Amino acid sequence: MGATEPGVIGQSVRRKEDLRFITGAGQYTDDINMARQTAGVFLRSPHAHARIRGIDLAKAKAAPGVVAIFTGADLTGVNGLPCGWLITGTDGKPMNEPPHPVLAQGKVRYVGDQVALVIAETQNQARDAAELIDVDYEVLPAVVNCVDALKAGAPQIHEQAPGNKCYTWALGDKAAVDVAFAKAAHVSKLDIINNRLVPNAIEPRCALASYDRSADAYTLYVSNQNPHVERLLMTAFVLGLPETKVRVIAPDVGGGFGSKIYLYGEETAMVWASKRVNRPIKWAADRSEAFVSDAHGRDHVTHAELAMDTDGKFLAMRVVTNANMGAYLSTFASCIPTILYATLLAGQYTTPAIYVEVTASFTNTAPVDAYRGAGRPEATFVVERLVHQAGVDMKIPQDEIRRRRNFIRTFPYATPVALTYDIGNYDATLDGANELADVKGYATRKADSVKRGKLRGIGYASYIEACGLAPSNVAGALGARAGLFEAGEVRVNPTGSVTVFTGSHSHGQGHETTFAQIVAGRLGIDIANVDVVHGDTGRVPFGMGTYGSRSLSVGGTAIVKALDKVIAKGKKIAAHLLEAAEGDIEFKDGKFTVAGTDRSKAFAEVSLAAYVPHNYPLDKLEPGLDETAFYDPTNFTYPAGTHIAEVEIDPDTGVVTVAAFTAVDDFGNIINPMIVEGQVHGGVAQGIGQALLEHCVYDPESGQLLTGSYMDYAMPRADDLPSFKVGTRVTPCTHNPLGAKGCGEAGAIGAPAAIMNAVHDALSAVGVTRIDMPASPHRVWRAIQSAKA
Amino acid sequence: MSVSLSMKVNGKVVSAQVDERTLLVDFLRTNLALTGTHVGCDTAQCGACTVHVDGHAIKACNMLAVQANGTAVVTIEGLAAEDGTLHPMQAAFKECHGLQCGFCTTGMVMSAIDLVARHPGATEATIREQLEGNICRCTGYHNIVRAVQHGAAAMAK
Repeated sequence: MGATEPGVIGQSVRRKEDLRFITGAGQYTDDINMARQTAGVFLRSPHAHARIRGIDLAKAKAAPGVVAIFTGADLTGVNGLPCGWLITGTDGKPMNEPPHPVLAQGKVRYVGDQVALVIAETQNQARDAAELIDVDYEVLPAVVNCVDALKAGAPQIHEQAPGNKCYTWALGDKAAVDVAFAKAAHVSKLDIINNRLVPNAIEPRCALASYDRSADAYTLYVSNQNPHVERLLMTAFVLGLPETKVRVIAPDVGGGFGSKIYLYGEETAMVWASKRVNRPIKWAADRSEAFVSDAHGRDHVTHAELAMDTDGKFLAMRVVTNANMGAYLSTFASCIPTILYATLLAGQYTTPAIYVEVTASFTNTAPVDAYRGAGRPEATFVVERLVHQAGVDMKIPQDEIRRRRNFIRTFPYATPVALTYDIGNYDATLDGANELADVKGYATRKADSVKRGKLRGIGYASYIEACGLAPSNVAGALGARAGLFEAGEVRVNPTGSVTVFTGSHSHGQGHETTFAQIVAGRLGIDIANVDVVHGDTGRVPFGMGTYGSRSLSVGGTAIVKALDKVIAKGKKIAAHLLEAAEGDIEFKDGKFTVAGTDRSKAFAEVSLAAYVPHNYPLDKLEPGLDETAFYDPTNFTYPAGTHIAEVEIDPDTGVVTVAAFTAVDDFGNIINPMIVEGQVHGGVAQGIGQALLEHCVYDPESGQLLTGSYMDYAMPRADDLPSFKVGTRVTPCTHNPLGAKGCGEAGAIGAPAAIMNAVHDALSAVGVTRIDMPASPHRVWRAIQSAKA
Repeated sequence: MSVSLSMKVNGKVVSAQVDERTLLVDFLRTNLALTGTHVGCDTAQCGACTVHVDGHAIKACNMLAVQANGTAVVTIEGLAAEDGTLHPMQAAFKECHGLQCGFCTTGMVMSAIDLVARHPGATEATIREQLEGNICRCTGYHNIVRAVQHGAAAMAK
């Protein structure tokens, strides 16, 4: 099955889900209401670090409309929020894992930490009442920087994490790296800050929790990327309920980008409270609340070195990274700067020895977890900025230093950082990008910029990513506390229409279309007769949700496996109906045919026979045509590509304009090119946002969030970005039947390095050697002035 | 304190008593159950709540319901014809894959229609500048710009 196969697969089918969105009929959590619904509002800490001496609720409880107010003291028998990945440090000890309370217990540790849940008849009444709560805080010194947090004398955030350390973890052969550096002809070095970001899905987090006393059961609507994981963590780890008593529904979700993977305290407190008040509770975060309370992304400080021989061949890489965990360990926080970062440091190169050491620390900031790319953008930024610097140092052109001596060309390829790439063609994507970006014409464009008094630069990023995190047993050995498979159910209805239940979740990715294309293509039926159901633990067998660009390669494969079972059973039924041997039945183009004859049964005839089994082998076969499959991949998939950015800089104002951005990626086989291109566009925009605009800043003294609104945090807007040039090259993934690798994060992974390499290239003309993300006009202008001085 | 108001919403007259601090967007979403208008921020930056008031695009989170008293309001639910025929701009967003998660989309479509009315034949640069008040986190705007161009051409017919 490939992009070139005729039929519905590989076509830019327009999306089945669009009609409800363009007419305003989408059902996001805040659009759903229940009888007797109350409004929940969270009182949040105004301090970055403080001891709670007391909470006086008297006035608030007497306020109009108040139904109940709960604080941490009320949550007896409720455990803390779990972290899903145990990292074992270089000292052989498990990471420090301090409690992560659902509501603050005696102390607040970041601005936005939730202190109380106020429930009232209306949201305004709940807000008014929250303002009447008198919390007696003893304000403590705060620390927000992940390096400062480790210094002697830094404020201690958790008793269970001495020195604010979560772990120091390492990967690679240190001795081999030291030997290689000792004999290197040249070493390129860089200090890198990977700026902290706020994910900013445009739909703020929202939840609606209700309790049914007659069934002693809960229903939670929540803006979330993986409802089964949410349910498992909430019931088994925090509330001590059987899964059967909690149904989690993630209906239409307005973007996630990682920030809605996690189990948060808010919805957990609401589920618990819904039984106490015996009424539904809705909480809808406003944007200010999202800024302080959503899990943030990135926030690394890194020193990296690359050893080379005289010809620019990479001999070894050495990386030391500090990572900010924030105040508590969010659901997957610990694995982002380790398992999903360090393992990607080989990039597309044959660097034989790599050693990386990561120290994660707690700070008085919002928890940090996966954000689009999750560790892989940080790794690519280190590798590709370092390779760029190496090219500059060695006076080797940027495409040449990448390919000439260093590209991996033999597969499978085992890297020195634990991964084995199954397949790729890095020359093809680099060549493709060079062509699409018209690199040949760059000199002319640069001359034109110079003539207009502008600086111009070009930057490359040849990235690798690892998607579809797997297999479960390997991940388990590395500390994962969850499985990493996916489930799919294909329910063939009596008249031959198909309902697909997938454990992955769509919040913009277009699964209702892509998955329907797979089913329609494999079964030879009209795509209009395929419906995709996701996001409901009450309807979908199980699922790990959507993250890490896994939905097609893992979730799609589970559907394919279920389809295989459907076809296999269909053959048995058809053999009976056609009075032929099962082995003689072929299935093609929606028909079961006796090989070499014109005797056949249409798919719908077989499905009808399965549900109206009058002429049916009931002694050998169950009626019905409904199959479920669980798929646990044997390896990661490895999308890769080359991105090329061209920037123009106004030296008088420091404004960086993205003149052109080209992405040529290898995602393996593609089901819907239109959707894939859209994913690349969005990822690139987020990557450009990180490079030029976005920066989450806490005040180093007070720990206050200084960038807490769209007035202060620069989101990429339409006029900040160019139209993008995107292309693909295909090497099918070798270990899943779709040959698919995943496309959701590539843009955000490649773009920051490509843009910053272009910015450094442009600024090299005026003597600037280092500028950190975001390369805002102010920073660029100051760097230019400093270089002049 | 509650105030009484009356306005035409999607062609129908509605009257209500509301808390005076009720925002137009909350009136539409809560009182009228027109949940296609979304709230994405609280600083009038994201544009997810864009509706038309007397023919002009406004951010419904930035206007009190009582300020819309006596006006004619059109929301995303009021764009398609009675028989379900889509407004050309709605159709263009689908055709050009100008949406992903769909949350900003309704405000984006309302802004786009206003944009085309004010700038028929707008260039890509003008479209990008005019969409500055609507934030999309999914699409990188690439296909939204295509959709607006496509929709503008269809509206001109």
